[in-house]
Amino acid sequence: MWSLANPLKFIRFSDAVLPWVSGAAALLLLVGFVWGLVFAPEDYQMGDTVRIMFVHVPAAWLSLFSYSVLVGASLFSLIWRHALADLAARSAAPLGAAFTLLGLVTGALWGQPMWGTFWVWDARLTSMLVLFFIYLGYIALWEVIEDQQKAARAAAVLAIVGSINAVIVKYSVEWWDTLHQPASVSRLDAPAIHWTMLVPLLILALGYTCLFFSLLFVRMRTALAEQRIRKAQMARAAEYWD
Amino acid sequence: MAGTAQAFQSLIKRDLKLAGRSGTGGLLAVFFFALVVTMVPFGLGPDLKLLARIAPGMIWVAFILSSLLSLDRLFQTDFEDGSFDLMVLSPLPMEALVLAKCVAHWLTNAVPLLIATPVLALLLNIDGVSMGMVILTLVVGTPGLTLMGAIGAALTVGVRRGGLLVALLIMPLYVPVVIFAVGSVEAAREAAQLGQPVDIFEPNFFFLMALTLGAGVLGPLAGAAGLRLNLS
Repeated sequence: MWSLANPLKFIRFSDAVLPWVSGAAALLLLVGFVWGLVFAPEDYQMGDTVRIMFVHVPAAWLSLFSYSVLVGASLFSLIWRHALADLAARSAAPLGAAFTLLGLVTGALWGQPMWGTFWVWDARLTSMLVLFFIYLGYIALWEVIEDQQKAARAAAVLAIVGSINAVIVKYSVEWWDTLHQPASVSRLDAPAIHWTMLVPLLILALGYTCLFFSLLFVRMRTALAEQRIRKAQMARAAEYWD
Repeated sequence: MAGTAQAFQSLIKRDLKLAGRSGTGGLLAVFFFALVVTMVPFGLGPDLKLLARIAPGMIWVAFILSSLLSLDRLFQTDFEDGSFDLMVLSPLPMEALVLAKCVAHWLTNAVPLLIATPVLALLLNIDGVSMGMVILTLVVGTPGLTLMGAIGAALTVGVRRGGLLVALLIMPLYVPVVIFAVGSVEAAREAAQLGQPVDIFEPNFFFLMALTLGAGVLGPLAGAAGLRLNLS
């Protein structure tokens, strides 16, 4: 972690890692989607609509995972003034927002045939929507504050304050017993779904995670490149001035 | 220590005085509050039963919208005219400074809204038990709103015209407050309708108090962090 604070070292590290991570993402997503959407059995109650779960559940997991990365990076940046952690947090936010939106949309598409409505104001759904708004607020705060260092620290404070909601999302299903079903995979005893569905789901979860990290690295490298271009332009402008 | 307490008090007194002399700030919010509540029957039709049913929630939402109006100015006026720099140099820790500003802001902005609440609630045909509970939950819950709002106001203090942004940052954090406040009113209303004794102290109300107390810790801490980063 520490040596990666140096942007140059990070670029070298990501040069080495990126092809593997993105390759793994492509492979896992391909295998997982083909298995889940074509070969996995139909649910005896839900029929083919159960396949939406293969897109929905990993997206929902990743929406919270992205937020954990965001908060972790924010803590890192607040405590140790780690420049690259700011970049990581900033780059993770739109990815997390996208996963959250994907989870919300696929959930709505599944809810229409299964619950008979696109949307209910159930605890889990509402707190996911709030999570989406927190992501948007976080992104907006970065955009609005001009001084990048100030923006980074303000955004970090906001991310940590907003993490309370992430906890609510996680436990909402257990605290308020409303419509959304509780977790059926990560239970301490045996998972409540059959292995023919569980295996593709886990492959997809891993694939989504690899996708998240490869996109995160690409975004961070792009942001670093942008910084360099801006610096070079400033230097050019200063030369002309002289 | 005595100096700190004195600074705390004089900061609140100063803000109250400023609000009293500049006059219209709190009253404009009350006017806005009244207008939002007036819009409701226009939007939903004048069905008194329906209005009575939604009155607690509408009052809460309208109250929040009205209290957001002045939130972005919580620290900004002091920040712009330089008096904030002097406050920072006082013996008051930054966290206490945020708390003092919140107390003064609540007294000057939320209290006028609270006073207007019974009248506006009557316009929505609210019943007696709900009326009492709405006022009670507002008294308990709105200090939490101000304290959470202070976080947004502190983070955006350097942003010109940050009013809308404060609302966007803070409203998601208000969601649980509204849920528990209205849940508490609903529980009391249902009990009253069934002819049971109304128990104020049920879980929703405890959660509401917990949120305000939690905001009392988190608001000054995060608000102070936000102000500090905008100092340099």
